[in-house]
Amino acid sequence: MSKEIIKIENLKREFTMGSETVHALKGISFTIHEGEFVTIMGSSGSGKSTMLNILGCLDQPSSGTYEIDGVRVKDLNRNQLANIRNEKIGFIFQSYNLLARTSAIENVELPLLYNSKVSTEERRRRAIEALKMVGLGERLHHTPSQLSGGQQQRVAIARSLVNKPVLILADEATGNLDTRTSYEIMSLFQELNSKGITIAFVTHEPDIAVFSNRTVILKDGNIIQDKINSNIQSAAQQLANLPKEDH
Amino acid sequence: MRILNLLKIAFKAIVLNKMRTLLTMLGIIIGVASVIAMLAIGEGSKASIRETISAMGSNMVTVRPGADDRGPARGSGGDVQTLIYKDYEKIKEEVSLINYITPVVNGGGQVINGSNNWPSTIYGVNPDYLNIKVVGLQSGSMFTDAEVQSASKVVLLGQTVVDNVFPDEEPVGKMIRFNNIPFKVIGVLEEKGENTFGQDQDDVVIAPYTTVQKRILAIDYLNQIMASAVSEDDASEVVEQVTEILRSQHKLLDSEDDDFTVRSMEELISTFSSTSEMLTILLVAVASISLLIGGIGIMNIMYVSVKERTKEIGLRMAVGGKGSDILMQFLIEAILISITGGLLGVLLGLTATVFIENFLHWPTSVALYSIIVSFAVCAITGIFFGWYPAKKAAALDPITALRYE
Repeated sequence: MSKEIIKIENLKREFTMGSETVHALKGISFTIHEGEFVTIMGSSGSGKSTMLNILGCLDQPSSGTYEIDGVRVKDLNRNQLANIRNEKIGFIFQSYNLLARTSAIENVELPLLYNSKVSTEERRRRAIEALKMVGLGERLHHTPSQLSGGQQQRVAIARSLVNKPVLILADEATGNLDTRTSYEIMSLFQELNSKGITIAFVTHEPDIAVFSNRTVILKDGNIIQDKINSNIQSAAQQLANLPKEDH
Repeated sequence: MRILNLLKIAFKAIVLNKMRTLLTMLGIIIGVASVIAMLAIGEGSKASIRETISAMGSNMVTVRPGADDRGPARGSGGDVQTLIYKDYEKIKEEVSLINYITPVVNGGGQVINGSNNWPSTIYGVNPDYLNIKVVGLQSGSMFTDAEVQSASKVVLLGQTVVDNVFPDEEPVGKMIRFNNIPFKVIGVLEEKGENTFGQDQDDVVIAPYTTVQKRILAIDYLNQIMASAVSEDDASEVVEQVTEILRSQHKLLDSEDDDFTVRSMEELISTFSSTSEMLTILLVAVASISLLIGGIGIMNIMYVSVKERTKEIGLRMAVGGKGSDILMQFLIEAILISITGGLLGVLLGLTATVFIENFLHWPTSVALYSIIVSFAVCAITGIFFGWYPAKKAAALDPITALRYE
């Protein structure tokens, strides 16, 4: 068995809203191994976002254990959590969250600015490398307003790769994109995954799940389905099958 | 390394918002510039008053006979004969803080050269007089101690006298008559113009005091003793010592008032200085208020900036920015704005000062301390007013910040 990247055991998360206690996650256990491409699905209110926040070390579980790359996250303080996010996790958001009026390369460099171990030259080199990986080697100095939605998301993906994370965490990463572009992005994810990068993809679109090799479905704070996908579709293939655009 | 990165981030944010940054800076620029310009005007007027008074001899201490508060029927100082040569000798001997001292006798009379004549005042003094009054010679030379001893009939003339009795001639070496007594002109005093009180300081004739005492006035007492203290600060000490000596010389009882008056220029200086100092304080107070408003401007912009960039802050936190990184980023941004504003303000202040000096012809004097103080104040303003918004940014919850629209 390959290395466990994420290990969750009996994880609970409760929020207190006034006098009421909301049980967002009610004792979840699962493990993500190195090299997996997992989609986490669920409708709104299923605990999906809470799950994502905890996986991303933005939030702490109320009880249970969460280990990422062998580090127990519970009991870490804010600064230690920031370090984990900086070194082990790559975030991708639905709305890209790029810095406006800032070039692609500078956007990609951002996580490394908060890592004092990386020198200026190293930072630049790794950013260029990451942008080449997502196919934007020619657009290093374009600002977000000069890039299409798909390209912006590629910059965001490059940003998530630049710190060589153990896990890429994507939150509805194709939610703002049309079908064609989202297939392009999914094919990029598949390509990255084939290079051994572990991906957790949170979405509510079932047709995205077919590109991953495992699907976890949440409902009302519990896992109702966790199955290996035996019939993985190739996003590149699907893209080729799309009707040709007129222009 | 980390600080360098944060500096880079903050710098970037400033460059991306040039117009907003410039407008924010404007408050600081105007504040600093006005503090510097106002202080320069204040210091300048103080310096010019001091200069005027120094020209009259700022270290000067004068002793006149007679108290200046002896009731309504007092006569002029000249009528009182209590000041004598012995007093002069005693003061010269015992007061160590004096470097020059001269007895003074004076009287009015007519200066005559052929058909030209002019009413003036003759001052009988010793050679120290020039140093006490801080006046030089245009031509010729001062009389010597030997000429004082021998009561020589030599004089030096002020420019006004020269203008009137030697309209077309070089006076040095010529003879004049003063009250019908012939004198040889041996020098001409430097022009000093009117003093602060509108008195013509060039309308004088200077001669050895012995000559004036014996040959013109026929008196053996003195009208005045003039001395100069070693420094301006010592003047008040000299006044005290002289008073003490004269009281014992004149054998005054404790119950008796002084029969003489000792004055230093210091009183005059302090009167004028306090007026201009008041003015300076007032000007600086007004200028400081504008600096404060500039600081509030920074806080305002930083506060808005934090709100506007909530999502960016969330992202920075998500990719590993710590609270302290965010705090430093915004603090550095505020400090950069205020320091750059401060630098521009110093430049503007100096420019304004040059302008005031050259076009309005007001005396100005830029004090180094005013630059240092206003610059320090605006750096502190940046930290102080940047702190609250920065703290607010650092305390944001990354989850909420990321979802903020």
